[in-house]
Amino acid sequence: MSYIATTPGQRAEMLRACGAKDVSDFFDVIPADVRAPPLAVPPARSEWEVEALLRRAGRRNYFHLLNFLGGGVYDHFIPAAVDAVAGRSEFYTAYTPYQPELSQGTLQAIYEYQTHICRLTGMDVANASLYDGGTALCEACQVALHATGRSRIVMDSGINPVYRTMVHTYTANLSIDFSEVPVSHGRSDRELLFSALNPETAAVIVQNPNFFGVVDRHDDIVSHCHERGILVIQSVYPIAMALLATPGETGVDIVTGEGQSLGIPLSFGGPYLGFMATRKSLVRRMPGRLVARTVDAAGRDAFVLSLQAREQHIRREKATSNICTNEALCALRAHAYLSLLGREGLKRVARLCHAKANYAKNRLDAIPGVSVKRSSPTFNEFTVQLPANATEVVGAMIERGVAAGLPLGRFYRGMDNYLLVAVTEKRSRYEIGMLAETLESTLCS
Amino acid sequence: MQLIFEKSVPGRAGVMLPGADVPDALEIPADCLRAADAELCELSELDVVRHFTGLSRLNFGVDTGFYPLGSCTMKYNPKILERIARLEGFSDLHPFLPQLRHGGMLVQGALHIMHELERLLCEIFGMSAFTLHPMAGAHGELTGMMMVAAFHRDRGEKRTEVVIADEAHGTNPASAALAGYSVVAAPTDPDTGMLDADRLAGIVSPRTAAVMLTNPNTLGIFNSRIRDVVEIAHRNGALVYYDGANLNAVLGKFRPGDAGIDVMHVNLHKTFATPHGGGGPGAGPVGVRKDLEPFLPVSRVEKRHDNTYFLEYDFPKSIGYIAPFYGNFGVCLKAYAYILLLGAEGLVETSENAVLNANYLMSRLKNIFELPVKSACMHEFVLSARKQAENGVRALDIAKALIDEGFHPPTVYFPLIVKEALMIEPTETESKETLDAFASAMRRIADLAVTDPERLRQAPSTTPVSRPDEVKAVKDMNFRA
Repeated sequence: MSYIATTPGQRAEMLRACGAKDVSDFFDVIPADVRAPPLAVPPARSEWEVEALLRRAGRRNYFHLLNFLGGGVYDHFIPAAVDAVAGRSEFYTAYTPYQPELSQGTLQAIYEYQTHICRLTGMDVANASLYDGGTALCEACQVALHATGRSRIVMDSGINPVYRTMVHTYTANLSIDFSEVPVSHGRSDRELLFSALNPETAAVIVQNPNFFGVVDRHDDIVSHCHERGILVIQSVYPIAMALLATPGETGVDIVTGEGQSLGIPLSFGGPYLGFMATRKSLVRRMPGRLVARTVDAAGRDAFVLSLQAREQHIRREKATSNICTNEALCALRAHAYLSLLGREGLKRVARLCHAKANYAKNRLDAIPGVSVKRSSPTFNEFTVQLPANATEVVGAMIERGVAAGLPLGRFYRGMDNYLLVAVTEKRSRYEIGMLAETLESTLCS
Repeated sequence: MQLIFEKSVPGRAGVMLPGADVPDALEIPADCLRAADAELCELSELDVVRHFTGLSRLNFGVDTGFYPLGSCTMKYNPKILERIARLEGFSDLHPFLPQLRHGGMLVQGALHIMHELERLLCEIFGMSAFTLHPMAGAHGELTGMMMVAAFHRDRGEKRTEVVIADEAHGTNPASAALAGYSVVAAPTDPDTGMLDADRLAGIVSPRTAAVMLTNPNTLGIFNSRIRDVVEIAHRNGALVYYDGANLNAVLGKFRPGDAGIDVMHVNLHKTFATPHGGGGPGAGPVGVRKDLEPFLPVSRVEKRHDNTYFLEYDFPKSIGYIAPFYGNFGVCLKAYAYILLLGAEGLVETSENAVLNANYLMSRLKNIFELPVKSACMHEFVLSARKQAENGVRALDIAKALIDEGFHPPTVYFPLIVKEALMIEPTETESKETLDAFASAMRRIADLAVTDPERLRQAPSTTPVSRPDEVKAVKDMNFRA
């Protein structure tokens, strides 16, 4: 099977037109000593065979567990209409909208998506998307390093630990100086954070809610940093933005986040959606595509890719980023999701997540030997201290059909007995009860 | 079309949400809450569906018509791949599941697919190992450059430059710069369209960390001196990076690994038929030869003797995490299914027909437009509208006129080394009828360039908008409603 329309007769005709005897003539330019051997790839299979094979592979995954796993990626409800509109092949079989006349659909959708991200975060400008929340944070560091001309980045341990290691990877060859300070009671420790700043500091990174689910307001950090010419980057959880003080209100300079919660399936880690929004003054340093509204020669409203002089296809090694292909279809999904949920719906989802997480806190806290960390307010995710190794406990709970949360020992030294539990709107009171009962009986056994 | 926000009606809702089945208390201090609600839409589900359906009708995709956008490989994407990516065994799988005890055992189906896809890519491209983590071609380039840096650092060498052909994609120099390198351009021989190996020898030096090469290159020309290029780099202690953007030309014909390439990426969304999504998501797996394996990003999928799979993180020389999880798994899944559907023969047929289609179309067009490089092409070719430009009709005008003819235009003004470039990549999935219709349209346009150039400068006239004012867009900077 190779999805080719050319018949043998047409092939002969086409070869004649090219002045070639055989299609192999075109490959004569490949020197004999580097010609490929016959490929050891299995022979073609039918559509139904491939589907059956992959369906079987899918069934070998534990996708049906009762899910309390979070850590930046959550099991939220996805309206069927999101799949329906993103399944329009006029969207998904197009490429980057270089030709605006044939791409007004994609372009207007991106413009509306940018608007949605700005309204959600309270920021001035959002780009058309980045790969995911982690690479978006890395790109934000680049923006800050270039905008300030400085070389130090300070972050606290409330930042997603995987994102933190990514920031190190991305700057490994750039002589960047890092400081990572621990949180206190799950919150950014102002005193430690401020003492880590110096005149070479380009940016401070904070996360809200942070990796422990703790909600904070960072105005004081922002004003302290701005007095010293330091930019503040905040990584956020977009569902929580329906309730929480926005980065725009708090004076943050660059906002990034993982958009998976906005109508994008879990899909074992991707494709997801990185979003970035900044203050207007930083727009020329923004990585990735930007769509602008303008008019055409006849005065009709039109949308185009804009400020392309920032980008790699024009500026090459002087571009603000190397990004080309981004996650446009995922941004379209997020845009459809936000449109469907709307003003009240998104708030409702956020309130449900929060209320159910609170209920889960109370249920888990009532279990002998289990202690929920309550010193700081949380959104829909919280830390639980268990009387035993969290990885062991959670592993044992899997056999009873519950993915109870993310053990923190792998990411934080000394936290082997801690578990990060996430609750979304999809979890019912009954299911939260099952979590509590399963945990209690597992600890007893 | 009206913006979705302008269609909003206060009090309307698009999703029915249940009330709370638990106490609905808000336990967040007031000063941590936002001052006012986010100004989102208030629309019914039908309102939203109509809005997006309306937008989709303003778009042009491969499913709409011929899309010969050079360098982007806009081939047809089999529909079965969409269905497979939606299988709940994959779509509902949380990426942190492997972090639980024996967690790898909870995702054996997914790990099996990742392992098999890596193995197939190694076979198809002659490399020793692949990582699926990079989420696009440019992300693969950056990953590759970071590995190049780690390789030299490990040997105690400090190299500062990356040499890149002047016709290369802009992502190449941008990726090298992000990894901390300065970029040195290597010239293309204007007659052969190939990287000039002799002049390259004078450019590569002990300062060179890597040479980046695209083969076939953006002119659609296969560099038959690839062995020499590799030899020049290796002689100077530099590595060779192969940009796999154009691999659709050489499946089963040429394997970068066999030519001594050290690091490469492959754009799954081009060669392996995963849809481009209006600008992503894609996937850009990176392959390496044996002695670069220790530097691959973590995690890596390993296979045990009992045929089970696990994720391994313990590689002290690894560059670390370049993605939070395992890359764009959903895209990789589609590419894996595509390889299974085609099989070895299908892959070879793919490239043979991609190259046949390009050469056929080139033969139909080379007497109408100037062909800067005369030799047979691979999967794409570049024409120049220089003759037409003398009459005031530029490549952009030809592109816009093609829109009125019902086609997506080719890539224009790239590669930068060709004046008034029109870069055409028909792909293997297009029929002779489509190629003929496109050639006829190009003939009509070339005729109009002589008889009625003004008409071309006014094109397109059949679209909802025509030539949006880009200068105004930059001046106004209206990026949101």
